Amino acid sequence: MEHQHIVREFDEELKKLDNLIAELGGLAERQLAGAVDALVRRDAERAQEIAAADQRLDDLEREIDELGIDILIRRQPMANDFRVVIAALKTSSILERIGDYAKNIAKRTIALSQMPAIGSVRSVQRMAESAQSQIKVALDAYLTRDAELAQDVRIRDQEIDSMHTSLFRELLTYMMEDHRTITAGTHLLFVAKNLERIGDHATTIAENLLFLIHGAVPDDPRPKNDAAHYTIVDQNDVVSTASHVSDGEDEK
Amino acid sequence: MTQMNVKTDDEILSENSMTASSPVTQEAPRPTFVTRGVDVFYGDKQALFGIDLDVQASGVTALIGPSGCGKSTFLRCMNRMNDTIDGCRISGQILLDGEDIYDDQVDVVHLRARVGIVFQKPNPFPKSIYDNVAYGPRIHGITSSKSELDDLVKHSLEKAGLWGEVADRLDEPGTGLSGGQQQRLCIARAIAVQPTVILMDEPCSALDPIATARIEDLMGELREQFTIVIVTHSMQQAARVSQRTAFFHLGELVEVGATADIFSNPVEQRTQDYITGRFG
Repeated sequence: MEHQHIVREFDEELKKLDNLIAELGGLAERQLAGAVDALVRRDAERAQEIAAADQRLDDLEREIDELGIDILIRRQPMANDFRVVIAALKTSSILERIGDYAKNIAKRTIALSQMPAIGSVRSVQRMAESAQSQIKVALDAYLTRDAELAQDVRIRDQEIDSMHTSLFRELLTYMMEDHRTITAGTHLLFVAKNLERIGDHATTIAENLLFLIHGAVPDDPRPKNDAAHYTIVDQNDVVSTASHVSDGEDEK
Repeated sequence: MTQMNVKTDDEILSENSMTASSPVTQEAPRPTFVTRGVDVFYGDKQALFGIDLDVQASGVTALIGPSGCGKSTFLRCMNRMNDTIDGCRISGQILLDGEDIYDDQVDVVHLRARVGIVFQKPNPFPKSIYDNVAYGPRIHGITSSKSELDDLVKHSLEKAGLWGEVADRLDEPGTGLSGGQQQRLCIARAIAVQPTVILMDEPCSALDPIATARIEDLMGELREQFTIVIVTHSMQQAARVSQRTAFFHLGELVEVGATADIFSNPVEQRTQDYITGRFG
């Protein structure tokens, strides 16, 4: 049980930092869910709303930045207090970035809704569900300071990586079979890449929490399973992975 | 973000030694304080409980903790300043370079020359600036001629970062200097008897931020040559000037470690509560 600060206002400021993270995180989750929903339902109007709502996330991130910097200057926090502020500053910029990816998906949805549907949307939806779940669990872990839950998030990211790799192959195959799907397929490739990045960001939130709790980031490499970078689909629809690939050179 | 990386004392020492003079001119190893099971009583009241603390020869060790935690008492044990307090009893061992400083054979005056102290409030003698610094060397017969003494006074004032400000008025009273200058004069006075250890008991608490910065800058230089132990109420100051920090609470040594570790990720909950302002 954490004791209270002698200066009670300090406790309130740290609490407010967490409340703002919760609000920004909730908004990022809703933006992503809304963007994917619009994508699946081919709802350009809804996508437009999602894209326009991104400003609120930017504003919240700025508010968290200002409060965090204010605490650093006025309170000169030490030890776990310092880590709470640093983790909040880092996490807020990640949540804002997740919002940007959701906005990008919304914009692509506007384009996709104007062309014939392709089957891969369902696979994208499954991948999005996994990414949404990762963000939700990462935020829950962060706000309840649950290190065990954060470790789960780190480990589970490879599921999204695998989905990205198979979706990449699937879309490439579609596009080779029918060149009229190239525009939609390319947009979906970017959507899939956005979702894969969102999954990575969820693990970074989890790592920020582990830093907050332990004062150090885990030094074991987290498992990764994204081979899309190296995937080759040849003229005969034969899918392979580039032969020179070595493990562990994936981007973080 | 920092990786999990707790430095050992040896690593901290070797880092410090890299900033010291070149290997060719390397001085003899500096003294180290080792205390074992130190209990201190003021009458019936026990002020310190079984303190086991090694003070590294290299760098600055900061003693922190709330008022009444025993940190100043501990500091004053290190050059037997507590001897002058009626009813003060000390048991356990305090070894300076392996020698028990509470041994009957120890000459206390000589010990206090080896282990100098600078107090919270600057306390220059009501004498000239020159005589303030020359006082100790004269008593201890450190120099054999006037010119040698002149050199030592100059050298000590230079070391204390004060020479440039007082060179042309050495015969003026030390008490006429500003608070920060007086404190540096006291440091020069301590240095003049060629100590190996300098104890500082809240040396900046009566000084403004600029004078404080000068003293802290000076500590950065002096730690190359002297073992420094500082008691401070300012955790920011402890974090800025020291390489090792010891946290005292209710007469106990709660935790000691590399300063960066103590202030970023202390092991003990009590340390964490204190440095984050959760109790006082």
